[in-house]
Amino acid sequence: MGSVGAKEVPVLLTADGRRIDGRRLDELRPLAITAGALRQADGSAYVEWGANKVMAAVYGPREVHPRHLQVNDKAIVQCKYNMAAFSVDERKRPGLDRRSQEISKVIGEAFESVIFAEEYPRTSIDVYIEVLQANAGTRCAGVVAASVALADAGIPMVDLVPAVAVGKIAGQIALDLKKEEDNFGEADLPMAMVPQSGRLVLLQMEGHMTREELSQALDLGVKGCRSIYETMKDALRARYRATDPATTEVAA
Amino acid sequence: MSDEVTAEILTTHILDLARAGKRLDGRGPDEYRRQTVQPGWVTTADGSALARIGDTAVVCGIKLEPGKPFPDTPNAGVLTTNAELLPLSSPMFEPGPPHPRAIEVSRVVDRAIRAAETIDLTKLCVTPGEKTWVCYVDLHVIDHAGNIIDTASLAALGALTHATMPNKRFGLGDADVPLAINHQPVETTFARLGDTIIVDPSVDEERAAQGRLTVATDEVGRVVAMQKGLIGAFSPDDVRDVVERSFRHGERMRKIAQGTP
Repeated sequence: MGSVGAKEVPVLLTADGRRIDGRRLDELRPLAITAGALRQADGSAYVEWGANKVMAAVYGPREVHPRHLQVNDKAIVQCKYNMAAFSVDERKRPGLDRRSQEISKVIGEAFESVIFAEEYPRTSIDVYIEVLQANAGTRCAGVVAASVALADAGIPMVDLVPAVAVGKIAGQIALDLKKEEDNFGEADLPMAMVPQSGRLVLLQMEGHMTREELSQALDLGVKGCRSIYETMKDALRARYRATDPATTEVAA
Repeated sequence: MSDEVTAEILTTHILDLARAGKRLDGRGPDEYRRQTVQPGWVTTADGSALARIGDTAVVCGIKLEPGKPFPDTPNAGVLTTNAELLPLSSPMFEPGPPHPRAIEVSRVVDRAIRAAETIDLTKLCVTPGEKTWVCYVDLHVIDHAGNIIDTASLAALGALTHATMPNKRFGLGDADVPLAINHQPVETTFARLGDTIIVDPSVDEERAAQGRLTVATDEVGRVVAMQKGLIGAFSPDDVRDVVERSFRHGERMRKIAQGTP
């Protein structure tokens, strides 16, 4: 998106179906997740996904600030997605811009859809997502990191929430766009899924797709989420294998 | 406290009704409230419209002014969309800096206009890298009875359709010409009430909703924008169903955006 009047369009897809970085259309970028990456937070996770580096921390359930946001019969989920000034090519002005505020809103709502918030009335579960290095798909990387961080914090949830962006490049539906593909592609569709129910708790889209392409994109995204889900579970298993001296074998 | 209790009872009632395929105001699950668009409602603007969906009302004013292009798009004009959820429109809204809800409305409406290439931004360029038209789309919600996004989107399309480039005012030409419109995106919003997905939620239905989904389609059969909001979830098949319904409603609403008598 945002390529109106911009520079030359690079070759996004070769004749034999390879993408800029050699991936196939349905291939994810390398994804590495570390659960429990920070010491002070109640739960945390660090995600490296392609050239994205994203840290997430969870605090709470704790007292609500400001107080008037408190809800009597459940916890509220307050999410802050933030991009570091140095995370993009041209320095991003620090502070909350409208894009970050919108992303914070939809990610917070996605988690509120899976957290058993009624177990912690009058509290706040604060989710902080910090994008340290960005290369397209940061909101999805943020969801993945924050979801693992929530689990690490012991927050009861229906399920983990894997997320991925599907897009359209050179007329083809492709999984997990990287920066050039996002900049010069024809559509971007970030989504987050609850694997247990197969339902989407985050869904956005910008660009153009026919209804058939959209349908194909949803299927591809679901497939991507299922694979990311496994990596998320592995990260949590690794974390607790590492901290619990009694566990010598990987939990089944 | 009593407010919370009434809200709770109402929510239960709305969900009970939805299970029987009914709604509080008597509409069917796939029925919109009456939509009207009055173009040219504000004569001081370069394009404007008052759009209503039921009792929800949004005024859109377009202003075109010369300005500087963004450094990364020297040949393109600038489109800026802003939505104000005015405190006069609902007891839910308070004065102050834009609430994330207002930011979401402006960004979702903006996304559809931009992605559908509603206006050809390259045609707004005056001198590459130096001077271009900036198109301000300002949306003022004046009465909030639910479904602000669709009403705002309808107002924006109505206003853009009838907008003029004020060449004379800025010494950029001898005559004012109509702003060229390439595509006509329309946003349609749905809400989940239990297993039923209704279109065009009212305020009470929004409060009861277990997820909201907005889909924008254009006149050539493209989906150009989507946004899931609120707490809740949709299956991929729900999304496919909503997209089909969106195309149907969009077709009718595009005609309304031209202006209703």
